[in-house]
Amino acid sequence: MKRLVLAFPLLVLVVLIVALGRGLSLDPREVDSPLIGKPAPAFTLPLLSGDRLVNQDLFLGQVSLLNVWASWCVACRAEHGILNALSKQPDMHIYGLNYKDETIDAKRWLAERGNPYEATLRDYDGQVGIDWGVYGVPETFVVDKHGVIRAKRIGPLTWDYVNQELLPLLEQLKGEA
Amino acid sequence: MRLIGFLMLLLPLLAQADWSAQDERRWRALNDELRCLVCQNQSIAESAAPLAEDLRAQTRQMIESGQSDKQIRQYMTARYGDFVLYRPPFKPTTWLLWVGPLLMLIFGAGLVWRMRRGVAQGAGRSAEQTHAEVERLLKDIDND
Repeated sequence: MKRLVLAFPLLVLVVLIVALGRGLSLDPREVDSPLIGKPAPAFTLPLLSGDRLVNQDLFLGQVSLLNVWASWCVACRAEHGILNALSKQPDMHIYGLNYKDETIDAKRWLAERGNPYEATLRDYDGQVGIDWGVYGVPETFVVDKHGVIRAKRIGPLTWDYVNQELLPLLEQLKGEA
Repeated sequence: MRLIGFLMLLLPLLAQADWSAQDERRWRALNDELRCLVCQNQSIAESAAPLAEDLRAQTRQMIESGQSDKQIRQYMTARYGDFVLYRPPFKPTTWLLWVGPLLMLIFGAGLVWRMRRGVAQGAGRSAEQTHAEVERLLKDIDND
């Protein structure tokens, strides 16, 4: 009994080391979105290309990606090549949400770096961004055939993420009824 | 012309008219409690991030439109999750967070109590032992 009491501080220390060590390896920027598993928040937004308005019905009937980007966003440059490559795959529907950006800058960006988006939605005041819980551009949402958000990536896409998580998920969602 | 100019100057006052001191206090208190997700160790009241600015405008507008603090908190957690609250709700995933310190206190108090009792008993026993020892020695002396 006495030995057990003596060993107790050591035990507490080990538990602390394990718990805090795990805390170190977690990324505090990756906050689970409460929107996962919920229908895409409603919106009505103009397209970057013109003044046609679109709403959340855009996503129905296909598996889509919604990529939140801006021309002022440095990290968006890193992932743009990946989006361009992805957009060439069959049955890939990538939409852009141009977040708090100037039309002229956004258009120049797409002209210079290539346009991976089927359509780019213009969220000039960032209100739709708030409804979608956007806080760290770039962000990428996966929306299923029923318009339900199924996954969210915060920060730039990487090939590791695309190959290990995104593409398998897209395949799975395409297989769903 | 002058009159129109003067009236124009009064316009901002009109806009402020239904923003009471109490609204201002509520607004500040709410902003203090909401975490800015861009710079996570700051509230949206403190942060200079553009998103914090947008969210301050959002809470202000929601107060103006007569929504309760609870509704505003719900609006924020629906979008950003409980993480946005500096005062997380009490629920199964957070009960350890809330009750933890109390448990630690009870545990610590229990430990201190046990140790004190142990010391007291130890001291008592050794006094008796000393006493017995002394008596035995005295007896030895007498016997000599």
